[in-house]
Amino acid sequence: MVIKRFLPSGRMTVIGIPFLWLLLFLVLPFAIVFKISFAEMAVAIPPFTELFVFAEEKLSAILNLGNYLFLIEDRLYIVAYLSSLKTAAVATGLALLIGYPIAYGVARANPGIRNLLLLGIVLPSWTSFLLRIYAWIGILKANGLINHLLMKLHLIDTPLHMLHTNFAVYIGIVYAYLPFMILPLYTNLVKLDESYLEAAADLGAKPWKTFLFVTLPLSKGGIIAGSMLVFIPAVGEFVIPALLGGPDTLMIGKILWEEFFNNRDWPVASAVAVIMLLLLIIPMMWFHKHQTQELEEI
Amino acid sequence: MSTTRRSPLLNVWLLLGYTFLYTPIIILIIFSFNESKLVTVWAGFSTKWYGELFQDKQMLSAAWLSLRLALMSATGAVVLGVFAGFVMARFGRFRGHNIFAGMITAPLVMPEVITGLSLLLLFVSMEKIIGWPANRGMTTLWIAHVTFCSAFVAVVIVSRLKEMDISIEEAAMDLGAPPFKVFTAITIPIIAPAIASGWLLAFTLSLDDLVISSFVAGPGATTLPMKVFSSVRLGVSPKINALAAIVVLAVSLCAAVSGFLMFRVDRRRKLEIQAAQRDTD
Repeated sequence: MVIKRFLPSGRMTVIGIPFLWLLLFLVLPFAIVFKISFAEMAVAIPPFTELFVFAEEKLSAILNLGNYLFLIEDRLYIVAYLSSLKTAAVATGLALLIGYPIAYGVARANPGIRNLLLLGIVLPSWTSFLLRIYAWIGILKANGLINHLLMKLHLIDTPLHMLHTNFAVYIGIVYAYLPFMILPLYTNLVKLDESYLEAAADLGAKPWKTFLFVTLPLSKGGIIAGSMLVFIPAVGEFVIPALLGGPDTLMIGKILWEEFFNNRDWPVASAVAVIMLLLLIIPMMWFHKHQTQELEEI
Repeated sequence: MSTTRRSPLLNVWLLLGYTFLYTPIIILIIFSFNESKLVTVWAGFSTKWYGELFQDKQMLSAAWLSLRLALMSATGAVVLGVFAGFVMARFGRFRGHNIFAGMITAPLVMPEVITGLSLLLLFVSMEKIIGWPANRGMTTLWIAHVTFCSAFVAVVIVSRLKEMDISIEEAAMDLGAPPFKVFTAITIPIIAPAIASGWLLAFTLSLDDLVISSFVAGPGATTLPMKVFSSVRLGVSPKINALAAIVVLAVSLCAAVSGFLMFRVDRRRKLEIQAAQRDTD
């Protein structure tokens, strides 16, 4: 019976399996990224130096702050961080402006076709992300569909330069992430009690006033969840700037990728990741708070 | 019905929204049947790009690898995600509850470059210390995919469990069923549709992933998105359009079949509940 005390109970096992998995493959990796951001690039396998050296009975830790200093000194990185935040914020705003009326329209639709409309929103996001971004290359490029159409209509003489610009990146982000904006908004708006709207109307409020002072504040949770679902991944987006962006498109996810795959500088790539994570920690906690609230409300 | 008037502008906006979402996909499909290599000029109907796609050995082997990976990852993610979702929804506040909840929501929004880099560095460090995994490839891809997909499965499961009437589980417990028996005989069958949609979600996420896979795949393993990305970087090719058309067809079929099945399961359950209520009355 003594042994039994050391064996985990059923409850412990059920919690323990996912807990340990996530600790091992989610939390520990971040700790390692943090550690390697203080290493130095080396011609070796793996291509970085050891942080802790044990020699002559002394354990010494060599923390190389060079990677972080490099990120501060080279303006490229600061500009890239700022422009990623800006791009993500603008794209999130656009997605909210486009997505909110769609979510509202679907939530207020006849219950019979509501699920079908919702499926219509989700379906594109089940087809490949990469292929949907690829589709925009054919639409936006110099001899692409839009230019072809505008020239046929004699609206322009020379093709517009759209592909490989920041404009294309905005379109890409809004297009790819729009369903993630609409879904939480819909979940929120569909629960909205219509009697509030009726009450406001009965008391003489104009429709726009009802919307501004009743509907909008009540859908705050959905707005936050949807915006964070777009904003946070968009800051670190790689595929969209890589395929649709131009040489002047500075996005930090693309820079991290290039540091890692092209320059093979793992320590600098790690430092880039650490700073990105620090920038995103507050939005992430905000999202987490609202996510748990939403789940507890059901 | 609804007393609030529905503005016609709203319907126009909805129509525009759906047009925006679907036009690029429809254009992809149309030009997959284009005779010319130019993706923008229509030169007549042809299925030759499909022929070329099925001749491309590298593309086919990448697709085969991605399919196997997605099957295994979705299955692993469902097991882990159901556990995690059940813990979140039914275990109240245990020690470490906040950390646990954070570990479920973080992968939903985490930029993929960070997840990919961190997992690769973990695998490299593990190899140095314990000698495993000696080669990066299918195993490391599987671990990475299970980890990020399971969070999505967990969210689907949690919302289903919260909706579900807990009194059924409590009744079984009162009648003396042990917890594990309640879980397998009551909970699992009721949340089966959520498990199925979680599996499908994980399957599509795994099949689609480029960034995380690029970090954790060794030189030997190339997934379909990795192959597509490298060929897209070289330029537009109608072969990729043909691939896209096949993917869209497969997804639509899957959605239609699973939608129909879920509708039937749901209706049968409702009928059973009604019958049970009639019996007790």
